[in-house]
Amino acid sequence: MAKSINAKEPFRFYTRLHLTELTGLRASTLSQLLNFVKEVPGSCIYHHTHRFLQQHQHFSPEPPNDFAYWVTDVLGEDALGEKLSSIDTIQYPTIRGLREKIVSTMEEYLTANPLAKMKFAGEGEEFHFIKSISFVLPTKSVANNLKEFVRILGKITIDSIYFHIFESRLRLEKGDNDFSNWIGNSIGGKELASEISRLDPYTYTLEDLRKTVIKIIKKRTVS
Amino acid sequence: MNTAKIDDYIPIVGQPIIDDLRLLSDRLRGKSIQNINSTAVGGGVAEILSRMVPLLKEIGVNANWDVIKGGSQFFNVTKKFHNALHGRPEEISQRDFDIFMETGDINKKEMNIYGDIVFVHDPQPISLVDNKSEKNKWIWRCHIDVSNPNHKVWRFLETYIFNYDSAVFSAPNFSQRLPIRQFLISPSIDPLSDKNKELPPEAIDSVLRKYEVPRNKPIVTQISRFDRLKDPLGVIDAYRQVKKYVDCRLVLAGGGASDDPEGEKVLAEVREKAKQDKDIHILLLPQNDIEINALQRASTVIVQKSLKEGFGLTVSEALWKGKPVVASNVGGIPLQIKHKYSGLLCRSAEGAAFAIKQLLNSPEYAKRLGASGREHVRNNFLLTRHLREYMLLFLSLYHPEDVVHL
Repeated sequence: MAKSINAKEPFRFYTRLHLTELTGLRASTLSQLLNFVKEVPGSCIYHHTHRFLQQHQHFSPEPPNDFAYWVTDVLGEDALGEKLSSIDTIQYPTIRGLREKIVSTMEEYLTANPLAKMKFAGEGEEFHFIKSISFVLPTKSVANNLKEFVRILGKITIDSIYFHIFESRLRLEKGDNDFSNWIGNSIGGKELASEISRLDPYTYTLEDLRKTVIKIIKKRTVS
Repeated sequence: MNTAKIDDYIPIVGQPIIDDLRLLSDRLRGKSIQNINSTAVGGGVAEILSRMVPLLKEIGVNANWDVIKGGSQFFNVTKKFHNALHGRPEEISQRDFDIFMETGDINKKEMNIYGDIVFVHDPQPISLVDNKSEKNKWIWRCHIDVSNPNHKVWRFLETYIFNYDSAVFSAPNFSQRLPIRQFLISPSIDPLSDKNKELPPEAIDSVLRKYEVPRNKPIVTQISRFDRLKDPLGVIDAYRQVKKYVDCRLVLAGGGASDDPEGEKVLAEVREKAKQDKDIHILLLPQNDIEINALQRASTVIVQKSLKEGFGLTVSEALWKGKPVVASNVGGIPLQIKHKYSGLLCRSAEGAAFAIKQLLNSPEYAKRLGASGREHVRNNFLLTRHLREYMLLFLSLYHPEDVVHL
C-alpha cells in the first residue's frame, strides 16, 4: 500500500485538554463506593478509569483504575482490586457498559465476601468522586495521505493521540479509534485499520502507543 | 525577579504544550480577567499571580490584578479565619465577623469591577461577590486546606461562596458539598524561578561551604519551617534509625521563626534533640531561594515527613531536581508521589527510616524513582499546566457540558 495515496477526506488532528471537576461525594466503605458508582455521572466513571493513563503516562503500561487501587490499598481487598484492575476496558464501547461491569464485579464480590462491607477507610483516605471535563480543539495539523499522517503522528502532542485513541472511541462512542476509522474509510487500508484496532491501547504507555502505531503503518506501507 | 517569557519554557515542556496555551488564549479573546486578592507582595498567592498575570498577558489574555484594602484589625480577623479553616482552635466572635463585613463593605464601594471574569483569591476579598451583575462571572479560588474547617467560619463564608459561579480547590479532600461547580486545580512550581532553576556545581558547593556541610557522606534533607506539623523531631528519629546502618548526614533547613513563639520552641527542641551529633545540621535560613535550591540539589535523599500538609510543593521541588523523595501520605503529597513509582510514601518514623535506608543502599533504584518523579512533575506540576487549567476554568464558565467542543 502506498504512503502517498490521497485520502478521500483529510485527517484533522484534534487535541483534548481536560479540567477536573470535584463533586464533594466521598465513600468510606465498599457499599458506599458501590452505591456512588451506580449513580454518579458517566464523566466520573470515565475519570476514574482513565486518570492514571494521563497523569502517569510515562510510568506504567498497565493503568489500574482508581477503584481497583483504592479497594486494594485502602480497604485491603486485594482480590477485588485484582478483578477490577483486570476489567478489559477495550471490550466496552460505552461508559455505560463499563460502569455495569464495575458494578457487577463489586456486587458479586460483596455477595461472596459479606465481611468486606465492615471495612472503613481511615480519615483522609476516603474515595473522592471526581469528574473529567474535556475540551476538544482542532489543531493546525492536517494529513492528506499516510506519509503526512505518520510525519504528524511523530510530533503531535500526546493529548491528541490520547483523544483519537481513547476518548473518541469510548466517550464519544464512535465504536473504534479515529485513526482506524480514517485509514479504513478514507485511505481504503482496511487491513491496516484493523491491525491498529486490534491493539489494546490500555496496555501501552502513550509514548509507546505513538511508536507502535507509526511502526505498524510503516511496516504495511511502501514509499 | 523571574522575568521569563513563555517561549523560555519550550525547552522544558516542549513546543506542543506552549502551542496548546496559545490555542486556548485565542478562545478567550475579548474576555477580561480580573484577579483580586489581599496583598501585592508576600505569600504564595501573590507569588503565583506575579508570575501568571504577565505570562497570560504575553499569550494574549487580557488578565489584570487588583488588591483590596484593609487595616490591621481586618487582617487580624482574616488570619484567625485562616487558622480556623485549617482546623486550628480559634475563638471567633461576632465582632470579628462585623469587622470582616465592614472592610468588605468599604472595598465593595471602592473596588472597580471591570472584569468579564472576576477571579477572587482566598477568603479576604470574598464578599465582593455582592457586586456581581448579569455582565460578569465570578470564581472563588480557595488556596487553603479546608478538609476539616471550623464550621462557624465555613458557614459564614458559604453565604458568599454560594453566589459565585464556580469554586476551585487544590486537593480532592478539600472539596465540600456545594450548589455550584467546583474544580480541582493543583498549585505548581516555576522551573525557571530561583528556587528551581539549574545551578552550576560551584554555586551548590559555595552554599554547602557557607553552612559548613561537608559532602563526604550521603546527605538526607528536609526543607521546611520549624513547625510541629512538619515533624522535624520525627525526622531525627528516622535519621537515627538509618544511621545505625548507613553513615549519613541530616540537614534540617527552614525559614526564620522569630515571629512565631511556637516555632522558636520547636526549633529549641530540635536543637536539644540533635546535640552531640555533628552530622545533624540545623540551618535557620533567611528567605533565600537559591540557597534552598542548592541544598536540595546537594542532597542524596529528600524527606518531607509532615503530619499535615496543604499541598506540600516542596515535594515537587525536590522531584523536579530528580531527587528520590520519602514523604508522608498526607494532604496533596500522594498526588505528587505515586508510591514506588515516583518516590516512597510513609506513615511513621519507622516507615520513613526504612524507605531512606532502601534509597541510600540502592542508588540505581533511587535514581529511577527520582527520574520518574521529575517526569511526573513535568507533566503535572509545572506552571504551564497551571496556566492551561486556569484558561480552561475561564472557558468552563461559558460551557456547562462535560465534553466541550471549542
